[in-house]
Amino acid sequence: MNLVAEGIAWIFDPANYAGPQGWIVRLVEQLLYTFGATAIAAVIAVPLGYLVGHTGRGRDLAVSLSGGFRALPSLGVLILLGLGLGIGFRAPLLTFVIIAIPPILAGAYAGFESIDRKTIDAARAVGMTEWQVITQVEIPLGLPLLIGGVRSSLLQVVATATLAAYVSGGALGVFIFEAFATSNYPEALGASILVTALALALEGIFALVQKLVVPRGVVAKELKEVRPRSSRPLAVAGVPAQEGK
Amino acid sequence: MIEFRSVTKQFPDGTVAVENFDLVIPPRKTTVLVGSSGCGKTTLLRMINRMIDPTSGAILIDGEDTSSLEPVKLRRRIGYVMQNSGLLPHRKVIDNVATVPVLNGVAKRDARAHALELLDTVGLDRSLADKYPRQLSGGQQQRVGVARGLAADPNILLMDEPFGAVDPIVRAELQQETIRLQEGLGKTVVFVTHDIDEAFLLGHQVVILQKGGHIAQVGTPAEILAEPADDFVASFVGADKGKRKLRIEKVGGRDIVVDEAGTPTGVLQS
Repeated sequence: MNLVAEGIAWIFDPANYAGPQGWIVRLVEQLLYTFGATAIAAVIAVPLGYLVGHTGRGRDLAVSLSGGFRALPSLGVLILLGLGLGIGFRAPLLTFVIIAIPPILAGAYAGFESIDRKTIDAARAVGMTEWQVITQVEIPLGLPLLIGGVRSSLLQVVATATLAAYVSGGALGVFIFEAFATSNYPEALGASILVTALALALEGIFALVQKLVVPRGVVAKELKEVRPRSSRPLAVAGVPAQEGK
Repeated sequence: MIEFRSVTKQFPDGTVAVENFDLVIPPRKTTVLVGSSGCGKTTLLRMINRMIDPTSGAILIDGEDTSSLEPVKLRRRIGYVMQNSGLLPHRKVIDNVATVPVLNGVAKRDARAHALELLDTVGLDRSLADKYPRQLSGGQQQRVGVARGLAADPNILLMDEPFGAVDPIVRAELQQETIRLQEGLGKTVVFVTHDIDEAFLLGHQVVILQKGGHIAQVGTPAEILAEPADDFVASFVGADKGKRKLRIEKVGGRDIVVDEAGTPTGVLQS
């Protein structure tokens, strides 16, 4: 039997998926890490990104922060935090929060920045309060790029969550680390397939969500990679919808 | 009535956009601020609804100092029409028109019903109500912008080069529409443009501005044409060029008006 078939057979072996040590439980752990870390990151990064996007202040800081955070090696951070926080779920969770922040932060402020200044000026000129400008104009028009950022965070975390097992944090990485320690290649491959399938499924779901949140009347474009020191109107989100679309 | 009392605006970068500006804008008339770019006309306009606050001096609306008024409330009772319409791209035409009444607390249903009537007022078909701004032509968007400006039934309508970005034919249509609306509704219109012909067409009172918001001349179009205050005005209105110097020629028993170059511009009516 070849390796791929063995890997798939490993996945469908009840001994491997059932029970408290089975991969179903590990997959749920992987998902908990993914959504938990992304949610915590969103709570931190969205208001911060909105603040930067709305006021235009602190933009350079936000750009270099998100750029710098992205450059951090996840395994290094995990080990460092693991040394401080001990084994278990806390160090991985915190690591994944740190990984998840930059794309969401960039999505939040780039979403606001992508809006035509004239639209915002007009909203103010007809008598919207600052709060109404944010809630009725900037948030809906900035949403596609924000969701793009969230999507990118989720994907990064769902793949990286595999590392949690390195500090005994559970998730699907348990099988991979175990498999390498015991040279059990079908197990390593089976677990890898699961991680990949999970990432692809999430990607599919969020690509759909991103399409759905584009306000009607505008057509969204993808957020290009936000780099440090980029010129201001980098992200172009709200491109005019053509007639008939 | 809108009154500027020795208004000065200096921007943080040191540019003095407007210096010691005095002007009385009469009610229920159209006043046009006209001048080349950098003359401070838009700054003056935006100071009326406190989008910009003056560095010194005061602006009074019906005797009330605007600096004592809440900017948001002030803006909601002044119509504002800008270049490129400034509509909210994610809201349907009807909701764009209803924006200000809804902000003022009018029920959405009532605001929409009124918005439909306003589409009639500005000459738009009601079938456009459910479209999004981007699905409209430039001229149509501009009409929606005017409808939005009128929605809260303001006494004052500010128009900042509203027809600058539409083609000449649509522009002429919109100008006529503006005249009709102003006469019909009796609004105080303050209109900013760099086009002297547009200024003469629309303005009961025309204010010709020089750099720094200095008034070169104020008057009716006829007054300005008849007696340009100085060379700058004469040149700005084109009085020194042929097209404002008209004479009459007899052609086949009719009096034909021609300009200096002899190009016919019209027929003299008895």
